[in-house]
Amino acid sequence: MIKDAVVLSITAILIQNVVLVQFLGICPFLGVSKKVETAFGMGIAVVFVIALSSMITWALQTYVLVPFGLEYLRTIAFILVIATLVQLVEMFLQRFIPGLYAAMGIYLPLITTNCAVLGVALLVVQKEYSFGQTVIYSTSTAIGFLLAIVLFAGVRERLDDARIPRCLRGFPITLISAGFLAMAFLAFNGLKF
Amino acid sequence: MNNILYAALTLGGMGLVFGVVLALASIYLAVKQDPRIPAIIDVLPGANCGGCGFAGCSAFADGVVAGRAEVSGCPVGGNSVAQKVAEIMGVEVDDVRRKVARVKCSGIDGVAQTKYEYEGIHDCIAANKLLGGDKLCPYACLGLGTCAAACPFDAITIEQGVAKIDPHKCTACGKCIDICPKKVIDFTHESRTAWVACNSHNKGAVVNKICGIGCIGCKICEKACEYGAVAVERNLAEVDPDKCVNCGACALKCPRRVIVC
Repeated sequence: MIKDAVVLSITAILIQNVVLVQFLGICPFLGVSKKVETAFGMGIAVVFVIALSSMITWALQTYVLVPFGLEYLRTIAFILVIATLVQLVEMFLQRFIPGLYAAMGIYLPLITTNCAVLGVALLVVQKEYSFGQTVIYSTSTAIGFLLAIVLFAGVRERLDDARIPRCLRGFPITLISAGFLAMAFLAFNGLKF
Repeated sequence: MNNILYAALTLGGMGLVFGVVLALASIYLAVKQDPRIPAIIDVLPGANCGGCGFAGCSAFADGVVAGRAEVSGCPVGGNSVAQKVAEIMGVEVDDVRRKVARVKCSGIDGVAQTKYEYEGIHDCIAANKLLGGDKLCPYACLGLGTCAAACPFDAITIEQGVAKIDPHKCTACGKCIDICPKKVIDFTHESRTAWVACNSHNKGAVVNKICGIGCIGCKICEKACEYGAVAVERNLAEVDPDKCVNCGACALKCPRRVIVC
């Protein structure tokens, strides 16, 4: 039982990393990874939104959509949940952590369209997880996002001081290093349980 | 029929619940904003030009309330806006003399001699990289309109190869001054004072050879000024706008006719 949970969690964080292996949520991954501090803030916000939204969407799917035969409304209903949650997070941050709110700027409302959030909610349904599995899977996936974006922000902070060929400066070298990071994560495929 | 009803009820119900949650949240999580900030934003010009050094008008208003910016910090609004902002903040402010940008060059085509014919990109920064541009005088306005393109208020035109700034349109945001590769534009007071329309620190003999109008640093203006407002430094006359009364004596005496009043 516990072993299953650990395996599920490690799979979601490392082997099936949401950004670097499944290529979901690339927008904030590239947009808010200039500084470790803001990247960490963004990661935490995404963890919160993913964990909470997939719990609510799981309940919605199980207790409302399936009994009424409304599975075809899944996408629009999930988006509604995610948008509401993002609004809540935004208000919460503006009230209690205004510095982080200012630093995240436009990327905070953009969590609404972060495909990782909707992706996790839909994958949970597709894989037919139980509620417990959903909690573990979504939280671990979000932690995987946090890990990837913070690691990448660290790389980008080093890149600021590096002597980079002029034609590669800025976005090109960012994409290349993202590719290297993704290749590094590919190595976790070899993990066997 | 039931399908449509269930779908409408489900989504409608969800929308209602989430709407109520958000409405409650917006009451409990409301940010108490200083009422002076929107008041200041209202009196600012709203051009978001960044001339004050902040990211825009609302950032400037934040800065004023937080004490990081002067109440007279908006160069576009000038005196009237400064007075209004001061009133909102409850402080007194002296009359602000409005500034405008002016060009320190009179070397129009034919007057300033050229060393080669420039046919590259129509941009001063690009031209400046080729031996400092086509004009022999290394201080001259290149007249390719990089400042005119940068001006958010359409105040700059290029006339006969030299930039000209309309003082009525200029708001002293400083964009042209920042972008000019020759640093040939500078601020002065809006009320007209004598203005040396030359930027050349070359010696008089050199200026004589390469430009028909440039300042030769002869110091005649310095002697002509009764108010001690004109001084020649490094072969270039400079007018102190705080002392100048715009009497025109320096302009009359200038053998090169490079001082305008």
